[in-house]
Amino acid sequence: MRHLLSAADLKLDEIETIMDLAEEMSLVQGRPVKKLPALRGRTVVNLFFEDSTRTRSSFEIAGKWLSADVINVTAKGSSVSKGESLRDTVLTVAAMGVDALVIRHHASGAPWQASQWIDAHVLNAGDGTHEHPTQALLDAFTLRRHFRTTEPGLLDFSGKRIAIVGDITHSRVARSNVLLLNTLGAQVILVAPPTLLPAGVDSWAAAVSTDLDEVLPVVDAVMMLRVQRERMSGGYFPTSREYTIGYGLTLPRLRMLQEGAAICHPGPMNRGLEISAEAADAANSLVLDQVAAGVSIRMSILYELLGGADDSPPPGHREAVVHA
Amino acid sequence: MSQVLLAGADLLGRGRADLLIADGLLADPASAAADAQRIDAEGLIALPGLVDLHSHLRQPGREDAETIASGTAAAARGGFTALLAMANTDPVTDTAEAAEHVANLGRRDGRTLVVPVGAVSKDLAGEELAELGLMARSAAAVRVFSDDGHCVADGRLMRRALEYVRAFGGVIAQHAQDPRLAGRDACCHEGAISGRLGLAGWPAVAEASIVARDVQLAELTRSRVHVCHVSTAETVDVLRWAKARGVAVSAEVAPHHLLLTTDEVVGYDPVYKVNPPLRPAEDVTELRKALADGTIDAVATDHAPHARHDKEHAFAEAAFGMLGLETALGVVVETMISSGALDWPGVADRMSTAPARIAQLTGQGRPLAVGEPANVVLVDPAARSVVDRNASSSLSRNNPWHGRDLPDPVVMTFWRGECTYARS
Amino acid sequence: MTDLGADSRRIVLDADQIARACARMAHQILEANRGAEGLVLLGIPTRGVVLAERLAKAMADVEGVSIPAGALDVTMYRDDLRRQPTRPVGHTHLPIEVDDAVVVLVDDVLFSGRTVRAALDALGDLGRPRAVRLAVLIDRGHRELPIRADHVGKNLPTAADERVSVRLEEIDGVNEVTITREGALDHAVAGRI
Repeated sequence: MRHLLSAADLKLDEIETIMDLAEEMSLVQGRPVKKLPALRGRTVVNLFFEDSTRTRSSFEIAGKWLSADVINVTAKGSSVSKGESLRDTVLTVAAMGVDALVIRHHASGAPWQASQWIDAHVLNAGDGTHEHPTQALLDAFTLRRHFRTTEPGLLDFSGKRIAIVGDITHSRVARSNVLLLNTLGAQVILVAPPTLLPAGVDSWAAAVSTDLDEVLPVVDAVMMLRVQRERMSGGYFPTSREYTIGYGLTLPRLRMLQEGAAICHPGPMNRGLEISAEAADAANSLVLDQVAAGVSIRMSILYELLGGADDSPPPGHREAVVHA
Repeated sequence: MSQVLLAGADLLGRGRADLLIADGLLADPASAAADAQRIDAEGLIALPGLVDLHSHLRQPGREDAETIASGTAAAARGGFTALLAMANTDPVTDTAEAAEHVANLGRRDGRTLVVPVGAVSKDLAGEELAELGLMARSAAAVRVFSDDGHCVADGRLMRRALEYVRAFGGVIAQHAQDPRLAGRDACCHEGAISGRLGLAGWPAVAEASIVARDVQLAELTRSRVHVCHVSTAETVDVLRWAKARGVAVSAEVAPHHLLLTTDEVVGYDPVYKVNPPLRPAEDVTELRKALADGTIDAVATDHAPHARHDKEHAFAEAAFGMLGLETALGVVVETMISSGALDWPGVADRMSTAPARIAQLTGQGRPLAVGEPANVVLVDPAARSVVDRNASSSLSRNNPWHGRDLPDPVVMTFWRGECTYARS
Repeated sequence: MTDLGADSRRIVLDADQIARACARMAHQILEANRGAEGLVLLGIPTRGVVLAERLAKAMADVEGVSIPAGALDVTMYRDDLRRQPTRPVGHTHLPIEVDDAVVVLVDDVLFSGRTVRAALDALGDLGRPRAVRLAVLIDRGHRELPIRADHVGKNLPTAADERVSVRLEEIDGVNEVTITREGALDHAVAGRI
């Protein structure tokens, strides 16, 4: 595997390998020596143009537990200050001799562009409103563990119905999850007010609904997305309370869920807005499990990318990057 | 200046004749002097020098991206003998002094006629009228006014501007983009691709709704409006409706909107980032039809050079714009001549006569007849080449055609009788 | 066409011989440890795990107590990770803590010793055993590191270009240990096409 840019980059068997490996990696957490030597001598740079303590720490721990050298670079990249270009920033960091660049950027597509400019492995840690493949993987990993509590032999998500609820338009988590869950065989249903459904959503591999009450009783899992209050000023919805009453996972809605249906949220949560405290803390809430899974999944991915022979392309080679 | 005889050229594709260039004019070939330079134009077509209604020459202010010298050299290479230089320079061309400065630079450094476009509003802010009258009275004789880069979004300001220029026969050229429907962030046609790629969408209605308003304002004020870089089928529909009503509206289309579609954006390469954005194939088809039937009057390049460091950003943060002067005619040949949608007289009209008329350039877009100014371009209808962005007269390299096999028709360009470009 | 396959591949241990070797090793392990106390068998995947389970069962039959058996995957500790595409990782299962335990590593074939070296490193990150011993079904020589087995099912001198294959019923459907000359193997395959 050269890069991990999009959830669509992964085939079903690759997803299963990553998740199985993450199970092994999760055992490291309980050991006295939280170290595996597999990535010794490899250098991973977390190049974050957007603040994210949680994701960055998760990647940092993952790299360190695999004995890689991990460096955090916080790059200023506001669209207003046209200082160092993105290309300059990426090339400067790569010139230090890194094996992998983990990039989080506020603009969609930045990791794709970076992969055109450097030979190192590129891992997308979230680009604008476009994709967040490691989040989708840890969501799927958490869901698989949950489904296996009642179906131990479960291999993929065929026959499972999973709802993603909230600001789909601006959500990279939603886009990556739609792609990954489809590869896993799940049926995805997107639920949002019409103003928060993106252009062309009818062409996505997901059903679309504006009625959460209709969808909740029939799903095996519901993923609540964070809603930014700033969206109110963009005219997407009039008030917080109207959003919550229409699309929030309130206490009454919690009771609509089937027995055993899981609740997910990528975090950070707006308790009381898109998800009630009761739902966040419910027995079938996987929110904390998702957080715990983050390190294991990222260890797994880093190992897949960097744990074997270095397969960097010959100099001068540039792969054509075509988004599916 | 010695005479130049273009022997056996096909005039507008209508028939062979000789053309004699003498003292900056076309003269009777029979009166050619013995020492006239003879150019064998067998197999070549002669067109009136092309006129570009829409170029960004970046001087003054961004001479690192382009200068009047380099931009007009690129224009001559593309077969142009005149171009209109948009006002969004630094400082903005919003006063008579600024306009005269650009005109002077054009006279000094230009390989084509350089006509400054004046801003509609002070500093392009869209609030107060700029000194339109003074710019018109200046030695630069500005007749075309545009805030291009920005939309004159305020209906009342647009109305005032249209009314005001009627006094001297000016025209307001609108960059149609409703800022509330397509803000500064909008960078990709709003549709399936923008939704999937997570890029802020630029819906067609943001263009067509402004054009719909402006043609009605032009009708109300009995003034002339010109629509820059038409990019959508919806706008074409509005233009058809307005022209049928007799509104004095003209329109231009950029070469890139005739051939490139929004699919190009899928790799997030900022060379394809342009305002208005590339649209789906359905729009490209309608634009070609409109150019063919004259609903769109002219091709204008919207040549927008950018220094590398302004393009090498994340897609959403990169500068908008593409180069276009050197490749414009080639793209028009590829999209319009090859399919039979336009013939060579049609191309001469859309790229020379009509733009000259819209810009009121009396010496340009003239028939190839004795006594007319010698603004001529010789083209080889069959020549093709693979575009190399590094082999360019422009100072910039943001060329969306790099690596493509396209017609490369321009062989020689003459401006006022002087050869400004000759293929080696 | 002569069948070259039969001559170049020979069975060095059949099912019975394997069973007897295992039984003998089980007794030896118990004897060396003076009983079952503190013992844990950790098999190196894949076939080491099966052998560890067989040994544990044999020892349990003798002692009358159950012997903990598990698996120790050493992929991450290999010294040749960078020479091949990313290797899949096997499952590690520690039935008890290794601190102060007597860990008996179990593998099918001892060859260069590098796998055992990796296993010792892996164990070091898991805790501090009181002692570590090594039990292998086959010792085929050609050590590249100073490693030796405490309990050996069969010593098998080999040439470096020979291939030793251990097949166990739980995985391969049959119990046998074979040795094949590499070049001859190719001919055998070609002959069958």
